[in-house]
Amino acid sequence: MLARLGGIDRRWIFLAMGLSIAVPILLKLRFPEVPGPMAKATFNAIESVPEGSRVLLSFDYDPGSAGELQPMANAIVHHCAARGHKIVFMALWPLGKQMAEGTIKDVLLEFHPTYTYGKDYVQLGYKAGNEAVVKLMATNVPQQYSTDAAGAALASLPIVADLAKLADFKLIASLSAGYPGAKEWVQYANSADPEAFKVISGSTGVQVSQLLPYYPAQMEGMLVAVKGAAEYEMLVTAKYPSSEKPALLAERLGQGRVRMGPQLVAHLLMIGLIILGNVAMVAGRARGGAR
Amino acid sequence: MLQRTVPMAILSLSGLILMLAYFSPMTTSWGETVLDWFNILAAVAFVLGAGNLLAVNLEKISSRRAGWAYAAITLIAFFLMLGFGLLKVGAVPNAEHPTVAFAGGYETAASPFGWTYEYIFSPLTATMFAMLAFYVASAAFRAFRAKNIESILLLGTAFIILLAQTAAGMFLTGWIPEESAFAFLRLDWMKVAITEHIQTAGMRAITIGIALGVVATSLRLILGIDKSYLSKS
Amino acid sequence: MDRPHLTCLRRTSTRLFVAATPILLLATTVTAAAEEQSGWINTARVPLLIALVLICGAVIAGIAIARTGRPLHIRKLAALDAVEEAIGRATEMGRSVLFVPGIQDMTDIQTVAGVTVLGRVAKIAAEYDARLEVPTARSIVMAAARETVRAAHYSAGRPESYNEANIYYITDEQFGYVAAVTGKMVREKPAACFYMGAFYAESLLFAENGNSIGAIQIAGTAEPSQLPFFVAACDYTLIGEEFFAASAYLSGERDQLGSVKGQDFGKLLITAAILIGCALATAAVFMPSLTDAASTFKAILGG
Repeated sequence: MLARLGGIDRRWIFLAMGLSIAVPILLKLRFPEVPGPMAKATFNAIESVPEGSRVLLSFDYDPGSAGELQPMANAIVHHCAARGHKIVFMALWPLGKQMAEGTIKDVLLEFHPTYTYGKDYVQLGYKAGNEAVVKLMATNVPQQYSTDAAGAALASLPIVADLAKLADFKLIASLSAGYPGAKEWVQYANSADPEAFKVISGSTGVQVSQLLPYYPAQMEGMLVAVKGAAEYEMLVTAKYPSSEKPALLAERLGQGRVRMGPQLVAHLLMIGLIILGNVAMVAGRARGGAR
Repeated sequence: MLQRTVPMAILSLSGLILMLAYFSPMTTSWGETVLDWFNILAAVAFVLGAGNLLAVNLEKISSRRAGWAYAAITLIAFFLMLGFGLLKVGAVPNAEHPTVAFAGGYETAASPFGWTYEYIFSPLTATMFAMLAFYVASAAFRAFRAKNIESILLLGTAFIILLAQTAAGMFLTGWIPEESAFAFLRLDWMKVAITEHIQTAGMRAITIGIALGVVATSLRLILGIDKSYLSKS
Repeated sequence: MDRPHLTCLRRTSTRLFVAATPILLLATTVTAAAEEQSGWINTARVPLLIALVLICGAVIAGIAIARTGRPLHIRKLAALDAVEEAIGRATEMGRSVLFVPGIQDMTDIQTVAGVTVLGRVAKIAAEYDARLEVPTARSIVMAAARETVRAAHYSAGRPESYNEANIYYITDEQFGYVAAVTGKMVREKPAACFYMGAFYAESLLFAENGNSIGAIQIAGTAEPSQLPFFVAACDYTLIGEEFFAASAYLSGERDQLGSVKGQDFGKLLITAAILIGCALATAAVFMPSLTDAASTFKAILGG
């Protein structure tokens, strides 16, 4: 009986995984999170940049990875705006621009209505070319982006009128789902001018092994997966609450914590499955030995 | 001869220029020009892809090959999105130029392009990504077997990371004081130790090997020793 | 058809490049030392330039040594030795062979390495008369793959069996591509699946679907984050530098194998730097007088 479990139809595993995710979502399970060192480092990196600095947020992901990265994007944009930073949005992924547009609408303009386009924030949009875009921006931003996403000349927008190269930013944040993303920002932007700006990233869980070698020497902060988002959300909402729309802020900047419930149950299921697989293997061996 | 020599010459020259541009500020603009050319080519390549997509799917439909209905759906979706985007169908009027139809935005859900993106494309993409959760579970069930010492170590590491990556980590070992001599038994401590030291060290070794492999492969291409990407006919 | 004067011209140009690259790099380094302030050179990158000169020089030296005819030993790669078995099995079962060259463009060196492996797979498939399908996520990759497969069919002596329609473009969009390829896998059940190139989240989606249809699966990538998924779900995996060595290994050409040997010098160099750095940093903890030496060594390496 136990030995036969090893060859269980994978659809039962799929069903169990589906339930382990669906039930906590439906029951709205929430668990307390304690901010870890990486989330604190990311928070401190944005805090340490002087108020009102020009920062670059690169949306290097698409809807597929939004589950992990959108909670981080929401929290980073709110944090930057709360610090009064001038935000330049761009994307290395074709659909990154839409992700940025959504964040601008749902977070920036919702909680910081005084932010004016062209003066406090600008959307440069997507550029094809992957790391070549970063390489060119390192030395010559206007050559890569002569206009914003809507076609207005950079010179006509006060926030970027004097923008020449990446060194003119104080902080670069990449919300990265893979290639091109945070790794390319470190390799081509940070190496071009390591002292000029800080680099932070928010990445999917699967990318962590690739990015860890850069943290903290070349990447000051790093948010990893939903857990990183949940921890960072806690830090940001604790220091920068919204007096006018507290419920909405809790909802928009609480997505990471909401998603940690299903993650806990799914992880426990995985552990259970691995144990089950090993029990089946041992039982199978014992049966083979008995014969 | 030209079919092979010209591409090889372009490759070698571009490679050397980019290498030089990295080290010499005086040649930075040369490197930028090469990258500009790449961007232009990358944009033109979209046309090549679209042409092939049409050819392959039209052939499937006309010969009524198995799965031709999928080809028809692909083409309908392709032309719909192309039309919505190029013609800016239902674009939201531009505040500054409300009378100029083509100045309007088409990326919000108020226009057909934005609506299709928001309510069809986004959920489909997220669904594909979400399927990973199911496949990870079935792959873990099948592959994580304690067959020898190495796989037992791998198994133990997986348990630590899986628990520490959730609230379970704090629930199980969060009561151990961070400053005590037993802090190393905390799952969050173990996770940091594993990821920042063991995993990073291993990853650095793999990355160094990859970097050297990239250098050797690039040199083989730049020097024209590896020509396998070029046709012999 | 090759003509003698063209062959001579090609060889001469290759030698010229072989000679020019280290000279050019060396000249730049020397100029850097002599004219630090002139703007000719980014002085901060001189250590990197020296490392590049040494590693490139070693690779080129490896090629030169290979040309002298000395025996070269490259360890066997089980994944590549299994290629023939996988295609043979597909032929016996009357099913197709699927080759996925990653989801990146030809600008990614992994795609180039993948297309090189494709050449070898295509040649064996042509010899066995197995149907090889190559869906691509980039149109330029499709064009390169077509050229490679065509060349493979010619070199297998079976140009008539080459079918351009089996190498086609699907979409640049990551998950759209995954949906199309995995759908095809489930419907047509290829007996052998090759995943060679740059992969991201789709690696496990491909490999698990391949596993569910019982295909022999051989993967190769230099994306460290995807290696665990391929190792867990595929029969064989080429890990990182093995994947880059694969193209040289499969070509069997002495020049290419020589370049793989040259890489080993790079490894020695890096290992020496790591050991010296670790030793100095550790010693500096116990003997503060060595702190300056450790800092200088770190600065020399550009840290």
